[in-house]
Amino acid sequence: MTEPLLQVVNLKKHFPIKSGIFQHTVGQVRAVDGVSFTVNEGETFGLVGESGCGKSTTGRAILRLIEPTDGSVIFDGQEITKLGHTNMKKLRGQMQIVFQDPYASLNPRFTIRQTLEEPLITHKTHPSVAMRLKRIAELLEIVGLSPSRMNRYPHEFSGGQRQRIGIARALAVNPRLIIADEPVSALDVSVQSQVLNLFDDLQKQLHLTYVFIAHDLSVVRHISDRIGVMYLGKMVEMTTSDLLYQEPLHPYTQALLSAVPVPDPAAKRERIILQGDLPSPANPPKGCPFHTRCQHVMDICKTVTPEFVEVKPNHFTSCHLYS
Amino acid sequence: MSQILPKTPQGLTQKLAYPAPQRVDAKWLRLLKAYPLVFVGGIMVLILMIAAIFAGQIAPYNPNYQFPNGLAMTGAPLAPNHHFIMGTDDLGRDVFSRVLFGARVSLEVGVFSSIISLVIGTSLGIISGYFGHIVDSIIMRVTDVMLAFPFILFVVALVSVLGQSVTNVFIAIGVLGWAVTARVVRSQVLAIKEFEYIQAARALGTANWRILFRNILPNIMGPVIVLMTLAIGNNMLLESTLSFLGIGVAPPQASWGNMLAEGQQVFQYAPWLLYYPGLALLLSVLGFNLLGDGLREIFNPRRVR
Repeated sequence: MTEPLLQVVNLKKHFPIKSGIFQHTVGQVRAVDGVSFTVNEGETFGLVGESGCGKSTTGRAILRLIEPTDGSVIFDGQEITKLGHTNMKKLRGQMQIVFQDPYASLNPRFTIRQTLEEPLITHKTHPSVAMRLKRIAELLEIVGLSPSRMNRYPHEFSGGQRQRIGIARALAVNPRLIIADEPVSALDVSVQSQVLNLFDDLQKQLHLTYVFIAHDLSVVRHISDRIGVMYLGKMVEMTTSDLLYQEPLHPYTQALLSAVPVPDPAAKRERIILQGDLPSPANPPKGCPFHTRCQHVMDICKTVTPEFVEVKPNHFTSCHLYS
Repeated sequence: MSQILPKTPQGLTQKLAYPAPQRVDAKWLRLLKAYPLVFVGGIMVLILMIAAIFAGQIAPYNPNYQFPNGLAMTGAPLAPNHHFIMGTDDLGRDVFSRVLFGARVSLEVGVFSSIISLVIGTSLGIISGYFGHIVDSIIMRVTDVMLAFPFILFVVALVSVLGQSVTNVFIAIGVLGWAVTARVVRSQVLAIKEFEYIQAARALGTANWRILFRNILPNIMGPVIVLMTLAIGNNMLLESTLSFLGIGVAPPQASWGNMLAEGQQVFQYAPWLLYYPGLALLLSVLGFNLLGDGLREIFNPRRVR
């Protein structure tokens, strides 16, 4: 097997909680607490979990938009968490991000042309204005927009169109890896599928690798090759998308999957309702982070943190039920 | 077309099918209709600017010349008449000419001091907000100190150190008056830098200065422009205050402030000495405020109208 394009090893991001006049640290929000996964070239890795479980923070820490507290991110064989400014800038041309909110992710004072010109200027890939214009037109065509509209402002576009512009901006520098941070959750369903198909087409055409962050399991299943499920800053299960849906191992994943709507209203199925709220990441429970809400909780869960291990071929989980 | 189609549709259908050609107004005309007050403010500011720039040409007399016939037999100032349209002051000088030359001083102080404090305040605010941490703490503590001092006292002290002149007055006001701007700009930057388009620029590896000046600065220009116009008005007032107190523009040079100061001694029998400079001040400040408020609306790319 070839070297994976992206390796995330024991990534941690703790936000300090400060208080008092002298702003001393009184605690830590463990937004991401030891997440590891690998993404191979050309595949789509889905990252799911409920709000506040640290999936977006993970995505941003990989790009160092948020500096990780600990752990390493290895991109194409190169450790990037310690890279200097110049080297990091070069690398930024290879990894890009698409954001969730199409209304906040485009500068309202830039025309589409200016928005897409920015990466070309920053990375000096297209030295002349004519070359840049050509590239911008090309980018807009790739994402299915008319190049004739490049001199318009973002507020003249719909949510789906803006998201396409956001994708075009990410593509401008010819990246190999795109981190898609809930790129469709702000769109309505019909537009969601269009944008998802666009992601799919682009992957085939441009041989892209995706880390696809979402909270909607049906969206993730549609697009991902492998899926990681996060809970409270930790990865609880990771496997191929088929295996995950056929045979979810972790009780949290089972509960999540039971909540996915099915097209047949007559279908009988067991709905697992989780009790209680997500514990605070500032004060996570001892032992297994999920034990406060788990149906199958045992004594060991309350004291010992389960290891994240491969319990079946290609199927990782961290749960005492399988050890 | 209409000849081929049957003419059956009537009333509303007819209207919808064949809308009367609509005339689209020119852009400035649409703006005028949507924001009439901007134009009122703009015209007031324009008049002020013309008065200030062409004071030498418009003014009928030398503002500092004490007319022998400018005082009544009793020694009292003359009320407005066809010679001196705004009357004369207690030294027999033409008030109209003095108001015109006073506009020059007021505008000069208002504009230049605002530019100085705006440049300082915006730079510090943007740096403070964007870089955060220790830089932010230091700049904001300095700002707190600036705000805690009684501003007029500070300016008075600085002017007396520098010496009394128009230039020194606007330097003093400008150098000391950036604190509010810095705060407003900082808070704007704090809000804007969390927007995903700034994150996107960072993800692209855009240089910090480019993010600051190309991405953030244009997005905070709205409040900055409003602040600027408010500051011009305020600083014109402040100059008048200083001159009124006798530490701003030194007599005999005319300034609305020292005209008011001189006028208030004799206002019981010569109230026009307060009316005209006061009115000039009021209208100028109002003009700048109207203009600023309107510009903010016009510069907003998402404006409704």
